[in-house]
Amino acid sequence: MSKRIPLQTESDLLFARQAAREMMREMGFGSADQTRMATAISELARNVLKYAGEGTCTLIDEQDEREMVLRVVVEDNGPGITNIDQAMEDGFTTGNGLGAGLPGAKRLVNNFDIASEPGYTKITMEIRRHANK
Amino acid sequence: MIPILKLKGILLSSLQGDLTDNEVLEYQSRMLNMLEKTEAKGVLIDITGLDIVDSFMARVINETANMARIMGTEVVLCGMQPMVALTLVEMGRELIGVQTALNLDKGFDKILILIGSEKGE
Repeated sequence: MSKRIPLQTESDLLFARQAAREMMREMGFGSADQTRMATAISELARNVLKYAGEGTCTLIDEQDEREMVLRVVVEDNGPGITNIDQAMEDGFTTGNGLGAGLPGAKRLVNNFDIASEPGYTKITMEIRRHANK
Repeated sequence: MIPILKLKGILLSSLQGDLTDNEVLEYQSRMLNMLEKTEAKGVLIDITGLDIVDSFMARVINETANMARIMGTEVVLCGMQPMVALTLVEMGRELIGVQTALNLDKGFDKILILIGSEKGE
């Protein structure tokens, strides 16, 4: 099951993080993981709106018998991240934020991957837990 | 619009639900204006109703507290949800650097002590 949410306005950002929370609750994730992912999505979606103007957030239920997995893919066609290592440093920002967004989001999830080139950026995040069935 | 109430010498507000950036920034400037107008001695910000605090929200809360402080008032933030505390600490860095209290009740006690008045007058 997957759900694709357009990110064009601030209310889309709020909708995306609530949708992730809801999907995770239905999958059986606890409230800590729901909050982690919702917060991480908030950080990334904010970057999309700020630097690319618009993008999408896709929530993918990847669970199998052994594991609950929620994968979130955030994509945009903005200018891209020129220096990914630098962008992942605490306190680095090209905007006027604290620069806590990307490294903060990374610490909240189990897997975090950035692929970026001019005109296309894709960030993939996952939270995985043993299925408690 | 986020309500700001004056209770004795304290400006009291409660941040709730999904707030847009504009709502939060508007709140920040209205709070500072009210501080000047009412000559309040303390600011109590309750965040019981926030189930997500990302780095933007944390920054605005911090800034608001610092601005109120350099205007000469005391600030206490109260009611942070457990899962919000967990994510803020996991995200790292000092995202929140203000006086805090467990809930509104304890927050009110703390702000009264900080402004050095039993009656808040």
